[in-house]
Amino acid sequence: MSSTTHDHDLSHGAPDAHGDHAHAKPGFVRRWLMSTNHKDIGTLYITMSIIGACVGGMLSMIMRQQLMYPHNTIITNGNEWNAIITAHGLIMIFWFVMPALIGGFGNWFVPMMIGAPDMAFPRLNNMSFWFLVMGFIFVMLGLTLGQGAGAGWTLYPPLDNAQYSPGVATDFSLFSLHLAGISSLLGAINFIATILNMRAPGMTMHKMPLFCWAILVTAFLLLLAIPVLAGAVTMLIMDRNFGTSFFEPAGGGDPVLFQHLFWFFGHPEVYIMILPAFGIISHVVSTFSKKPIFGYLGMAYAMVIIGFVGFVVWAHHMFVSAISDDSRVYFEVATLVIAVPTGIKVFSWIATMWGGSIEFKTPMLWAIGFIFLFVIGGATGVVLANAGLDQELHNDYFLIAHFHYVLSMGAAFAIFAGFYYWIGKMSGHPYPEFWGKVHFWTFFIGVNLTFFPQHFLGLAGMPRRYPDYADAFAGWNFVSSVGSIISGVSTMIFFYILYRIFTSKEQLADNYWGEGATTLEWAVPSPAPHHTFEDVPVIR
Amino acid sequence: MKSGIRWAVGAALLLVCGAHLALAQAVPADPLAAADAHVVAPHNWELWFPESGSPMMAKIDWLMQYVLWIMFGVVAFVGVLMGYVMWRFSAGRNKVPSHVTHNTLIEVIWIVIPTLLLAVIIIPSLNLIFYEGDDSNPYMTVTVTGHQWYWEYSYNAVPGLDYTSYMIPDDQIDVAKGQIRRLSVDHPLVLPVGEKIKFDITSGDVLHGFYLPSLGVQKYAIPGTIQTSWTLITKPGTYYGQCNQICGLGHDAMPIEIKAVPMADYLAWVKQAQADYTDNAVPPSPASSPLPANELADATTH
Repeated sequence: MSSTTHDHDLSHGAPDAHGDHAHAKPGFVRRWLMSTNHKDIGTLYITMSIIGACVGGMLSMIMRQQLMYPHNTIITNGNEWNAIITAHGLIMIFWFVMPALIGGFGNWFVPMMIGAPDMAFPRLNNMSFWFLVMGFIFVMLGLTLGQGAGAGWTLYPPLDNAQYSPGVATDFSLFSLHLAGISSLLGAINFIATILNMRAPGMTMHKMPLFCWAILVTAFLLLLAIPVLAGAVTMLIMDRNFGTSFFEPAGGGDPVLFQHLFWFFGHPEVYIMILPAFGIISHVVSTFSKKPIFGYLGMAYAMVIIGFVGFVVWAHHMFVSAISDDSRVYFEVATLVIAVPTGIKVFSWIATMWGGSIEFKTPMLWAIGFIFLFVIGGATGVVLANAGLDQELHNDYFLIAHFHYVLSMGAAFAIFAGFYYWIGKMSGHPYPEFWGKVHFWTFFIGVNLTFFPQHFLGLAGMPRRYPDYADAFAGWNFVSSVGSIISGVSTMIFFYILYRIFTSKEQLADNYWGEGATTLEWAVPSPAPHHTFEDVPVIR
Repeated sequence: MKSGIRWAVGAALLLVCGAHLALAQAVPADPLAAADAHVVAPHNWELWFPESGSPMMAKIDWLMQYVLWIMFGVVAFVGVLMGYVMWRFSAGRNKVPSHVTHNTLIEVIWIVIPTLLLAVIIIPSLNLIFYEGDDSNPYMTVTVTGHQWYWEYSYNAVPGLDYTSYMIPDDQIDVAKGQIRRLSVDHPLVLPVGEKIKFDITSGDVLHGFYLPSLGVQKYAIPGTIQTSWTLITKPGTYYGQCNQICGLGHDAMPIEIKAVPMADYLAWVKQAQADYTDNAVPPSPASSPLPANELADATTH
């Protein structure tokens, strides 16, 4: 986006090479448990997301094994099944995608990209991370205690109230959302303060890298959506434990109110997961096409528009719940409007590649895979946005296929794109290119094989959240389960790549991607020193 | 036209009664036989919707094809464009990258064309919403109540005709009788063909989903609220549906089975059902639950 002038030496590699700014090298406990450094906290977040992905991914492997054949007996108890699907949804969203994209890459690269020495509130940053860890412990207790928390990640009452989900498991799950919510809220405040106040001189908002725009919009979505979730969850906890009846028809409450509150949070949450992905894809596409991003302002404001409109479409999740025909019309049209700014993003990425000199390194493969598969997920999204069609497709496997195309192939592909793009900057070591490509292709085949046949299952009418199904659904379920095994093997390859990276002796240069990589993180050494931009860089 | 239908129904009723009197001593034929002849169940390796059993589903099917073809076009266009860009502008083929970052015309085009495409989708789509929502002037209304884990059907016009419908447990499925594992129930919902049937859908406990994929009907069953939907089954047959909103451990064990029969057979069935069901109303008993005893104990002890 912009080049830099440096009036200071950025070549120091060790954290303590910076004269009297340097601290004594911190011990393990001090460095990792009491960290206030944005890079260390980013690393902690990425570690959390890897743990979350493993747990959530293993749950999905169990689910796919159960569904491989009809009348399977891996899971014989419906409560166990419901606890597993609930935990899979919550963990993948709150402890895999969000910590990777926002806490992980956001913490690592937003301060560096805007030329700030750290986040605005470093201690708050640390607190925000540890709230998330506590939340993870709680959600695991929700999975394992008693009969488990099994109302689905959407937590709809009355199934989630004290009568139908007795025991502490559901309370732990609900409190885990409070903890993850506080974590996200504090993180959002931190990102907003950092981005609005700590940009280097000369870096106007309209020169700011798109990843920072993405995180800024995401942070505002979190700031406005999380309190609504917190309210809904608090009311549910009150209904469960203190005899209120916010959502209890017998006491004058309304279960539909919870659905409105949940999706007022839940729909922006979808964009919370995908906007940072958009940001990463823009950088990767621009870098490997060796071209500046096409239509920068359009790209930035498309995200702002998606953020705004994302707040007024929530009831498209409730087309078969209690809303009127007129509301169905409004929510359908408003939802479809989002296709336009999303189209701007997709076509601008392709226009960025147009005329470029494209190198198909591993991050670029993930980015191209992202764009194409996200378009497929977006197309089925347009189908589902039709309220009249949703009456047929709501809650069946067509929907499952749709949202895994935008998440398991959208958000997850962007996370891997970002990982391969930045791991050299974070670790100082290169990833093995060959194995990176093997990882991409195996994962690409695995997830497509898993989720594409689910469109057919949905059309045939298979409902979601079923541990056993009519024998006529067996064929595509088998294919889908085979796909999940391939994705599982692919993930093993990823761990082998991690091993190769951290045992590598090779050291990377500052800007190992060359002319295409123009943002500020490429102006500092690899690995990025403990403190960067303590002297403020000036942006021309 | 409505009164014509009423007359026809009345005439049919008289005919049925007459026939019944004439055959008073004979064993009555199975009034649901017509439904067994035409079973609309999912097929393995299905690629599309189940066979449409109602005008509503036919409209959904049409709109789905319409929207999906447009979206196929969009995906194919993006795919071909990306394929071309990847081939034409690979580093090997194009050594010197351009630095074009703006082109107002193309940016306007990629806003205008998608907007027009959306308009093309929205117009027929909104008609479908109001069609689906128009439950006026039904021939009859059935109140459907979801329970953990069975359905209850109450025929509003037939006093006392109110019965429960449980899935047939896996180990009692009789394939010879045409029963389908996970879809067949002990007491199906019986409806006349060719008439508009309104459903008043509610729940006795948690949320459930009343989902009939071959008829294009789906609504949540919500306690404290009555949601309405409707259908008009065009052809005698057996149609299946399933609960489609998570409702606890038996969520996958409360299917819906509909036997749609000609009016005369329906009326014969009503007479028979009134005798069978009203006096010994079927209470939900653990004995008839499809769930294993240990699971049920698990669920009910709390």
